[in-house]
Amino acid sequence: MAMIFGFLYELALQGVQMFIVVLIAPLVMGVTRKVRAHLLRRIGPPLLQPYFDIWKLMHKEAVLAHNASWIYRVAPYFVFAVTWVAAALIPTYASGLLFSWSADLIAIVALLGTARFSLALAGMDVGTAFGGLGSSREMMIASLAEPAMLLIVFTVALVAGTTQLSSIAALFSTAAVGLRVSLALALFAMMFVGIAENARIPIDNPATHLELTMVHEAMVLEYSGRHLAMIEAAAQVKLVLYFSLIICLFVPFGMATGERSLAAFAFAMAVYLAKLFVLAALLPVGETALAKMRVFRYPVFLGGAFAAGALAVFLLFVSRGF
Amino acid sequence: MPLVVALLCIAAFFAVAVLAAALGQRRDPTTTVYAASLAISTVLLLTALAHLIAGGPTLSVRMPFGLPVLGAHFRLDALSAFFLIVIDLGGAVASLYALGYGRHEDAPMRVLPYYPAFLAAMNLVVLADDAFAFLLSWEFMSLSSWAIVISHHREPANVRAAYIYLLMACFGTLSLLLAFGLLAGANGSFAFASIRGAEHTAWASGLAIILVLIGAGSKAGLVPLHVWLPLAHPAAPSHASALLSGVMTKVGVYAFIRIVFDLIGSPSPWFGLVVLAIGGITAFLGVLYALMQHDLKRLLAYHTVENIGIIFIGLGLALAFRANGIYFAAALAFTGALFHVFNHSVFKSLLFFGAGAVLTATHERDMERLGGLIHRMPKTAIAFLIGCMAISALPPLNGFVSEWLTFQAILASPQLPQWGLKLTIPAVGALLALSAALAAACFVKAFGTTFLGRPRTPAAANAVEVDRFSLAAMFILAGLCVFAGILPGIVIDGLAPAVAQLVGGVMPKQSAMAWLTIVPVEQSRSSYNGLIIFVFMVSSGTLTALAIHRFATRATRRSDIWDCGFPLDAPQTQYTPSSFAQPIRRVFGTVVFRVHEVLDMPQPGDTRAGHFGVRVIDPVWRFGYGPLARGIGWLAKHFDRLQFLTIRSYLTLVFCALILLLVVVAAWR
Repeated sequence: MAMIFGFLYELALQGVQMFIVVLIAPLVMGVTRKVRAHLLRRIGPPLLQPYFDIWKLMHKEAVLAHNASWIYRVAPYFVFAVTWVAAALIPTYASGLLFSWSADLIAIVALLGTARFSLALAGMDVGTAFGGLGSSREMMIASLAEPAMLLIVFTVALVAGTTQLSSIAALFSTAAVGLRVSLALALFAMMFVGIAENARIPIDNPATHLELTMVHEAMVLEYSGRHLAMIEAAAQVKLVLYFSLIICLFVPFGMATGERSLAAFAFAMAVYLAKLFVLAALLPVGETALAKMRVFRYPVFLGGAFAAGALAVFLLFVSRGF
Repeated sequence: MPLVVALLCIAAFFAVAVLAAALGQRRDPTTTVYAASLAISTVLLLTALAHLIAGGPTLSVRMPFGLPVLGAHFRLDALSAFFLIVIDLGGAVASLYALGYGRHEDAPMRVLPYYPAFLAAMNLVVLADDAFAFLLSWEFMSLSSWAIVISHHREPANVRAAYIYLLMACFGTLSLLLAFGLLAGANGSFAFASIRGAEHTAWASGLAIILVLIGAGSKAGLVPLHVWLPLAHPAAPSHASALLSGVMTKVGVYAFIRIVFDLIGSPSPWFGLVVLAIGGITAFLGVLYALMQHDLKRLLAYHTVENIGIIFIGLGLALAFRANGIYFAAALAFTGALFHVFNHSVFKSLLFFGAGAVLTATHERDMERLGGLIHRMPKTAIAFLIGCMAISALPPLNGFVSEWLTFQAILASPQLPQWGLKLTIPAVGALLALSAALAAACFVKAFGTTFLGRPRTPAAANAVEVDRFSLAAMFILAGLCVFAGILPGIVIDGLAPAVAQLVGGVMPKQSAMAWLTIVPVEQSRSSYNGLIIFVFMVSSGTLTALAIHRFATRATRRSDIWDCGFPLDAPQTQYTPSSFAQPIRRVFGTVVFRVHEVLDMPQPGDTRAGHFGVRVIDPVWRFGYGPLARGIGWLAKHFDRLQFLTIRSYLTLVFCALILLLVVVAAWR
């Protein structure tokens, strides 16, 4: 009986993690937009506006092109589901959850690749110039960002001796690791990759209305109604995913790693949410200070991330002490 | 017993080939040949599978033919059994596919007799247990496949492809011949058992490894010996392309493993470095070449080059780890390589079948002239999509698992003592990550421009779905991609005997793990569970769809394309394969291929058409084979004088050559 109860408790903890990333995602986006608006001396939309937007989109009729295939209709759900699974597998408030071992950091990065692959196909489905443009550029950015991301994974894995996020977080939340050059470089690279992957300034502008400057938005240009709601929600979850990843890898302090009481989890959850909103407020500070880049400047930007990641890995191969 | 069955099956293949050649003049034997090949391959596949799973003993037999003193030795061990599975799975499915596809052949007799012979030869190579039988089957494999490559001989491009293939095959066999000569030593003991037992000097084994890299690498497609693949693989009929690309390249990998890991024994770790570096460069260049292509089959052939690179990265890691006695990591890397051998044979065959289906339906291979086929060929599209996702290493499919294992092996590399390896391995890891990301871009391009969008030509607009046999073959392979992706532990356990035999270590037994997780070293270090991920994806997708259908409106309207308010009807306004690849071409291609875009825009008022062209310089042809061919031409021209000498001059030449050889022999002793 106690075993079954224990299992259900663990399952509930995993469930909380799974649903918190989805439920909080629009709010995080709302905070980002609000702070950005304030920095631009505007009042900005209400904090809960992203929830209203999704609700509104869900109740609008979905318009499909005549030649849209099943890929176009399935892709929004698939992208959302895969992003959600990836986000749910990153330890947010506690390590060692029930399914934390079912995918390591490499698998989570690859899951995001699966989502991107299907969204890029959906962009090409109707056969418009904008869709193809968006898909093509998105895959180009991914081909630059993904190697940088894997070098970050290597760095972290070489320091921690594991690619299991849960073990990494448990180790890094102790003082045993200390301040390291390699981790600083990895954090630097991680920020660049996160900006590129989430289509933020200076790589892409989520608020743009000029077609030729769009990348992600061009790819999903044809979408409407509930499909667009799913794609927006997936983008919000992906932002939370990257914030959670940064929290989990670089500032895991306060995460519930040992004690498994409800009070400990509640405290850890509060700490996690606080960190999440700090990051959400910091993102627009960087964004408002920069202008969007030309497309063919991206290799320089992401090459910087790649170089930082590579340097971190080489340092670690030279000595585990860095 | 399994070995006897296997040899009998090979004999049956030859009998089918002879019968097809003899009877083919009277009536069309297409169905008979392919049905017989299907049956024989299935028997061989099941035999090998049973042998591998049951952990059968190593069997060997000596046949009373071949060289008089040597005979012909054949042996079935775990490694041969694994490669038999790869070959005969490919062979069986290709035969099934050909039952439908082969009927579209204009001149069936140019393919039919060679097809079973080709299958037989590939099987013989992995069973051969002496150098003579090995080289004979190897050469037979090359020649029979050459005959298939040139089957559409009326196209000049195919004749050139077959010529280059023949040159590369001869060169490769020569290298292997020399390698065996070095390994057999002065006594000429060509049986593998005696080569395995003999002591090899570091000098001889090093030279032999280089020769094997050239010989086996030219068959497998290592850069810069890959040049024949993208020419020859598309030239053959599609079911044979699948065999050439999905299976025969693996026989090249087999030759490398057999000679370097098994026969030579324990080479220095520095050879691991060489293999790793070549593998990394091959993977990266292979996928970049593929991105530049707009011929569907040629794109797939270049992708084979990339995947061979990934396999050789795993093999190089295994060599380095084994030489340093780190057996768990060697087992991990070697399992990753063998798993990728299996995976690639499955999804590359699937993709070539898909390309063949597109070719049957539209008579087009050029992606610039396709589009919108998902509406006309929905079933082919699903199978092809699964193949595309698998080869792009996306979870939860099989391609991801083998790359994941290779990444895990790379992460074990700080334990290596050699500095050169320590610094090379992360660089190769970055190349591997880069090629995985580029592969995804390449297959978005391949699937997106072929199956999605609007048809660019009437041929694409009027395509029809292919026959049942072709579809069955594709769906069997797509099913295997999913199966090996969500239950990889079963495949890893199946590979364990071969891994244990060659690198001395094994991965932990995967079927013992809770929830069917795969664990390369230990649970706290890394683990991946394809099944759970798959279940999660399905359940969260279902949950989302249910929630949406519960809370959202289901109103859906079909309308015209929006396209920001300026929809253009002409399908030419879509992105083409070339335009899709343009950003990547700009970023990577300007360095590697010196890509140069030429825009010829007429002045305002001028009515001539504008023109846009891309010039791509293939560095391998420009700086490798081009100068080489010119050098050989120059030498031949100058040696030409020797052809018109007097008898006295000839006698002097013979005498000088004799003296020279005697001096060499004296110096050698």
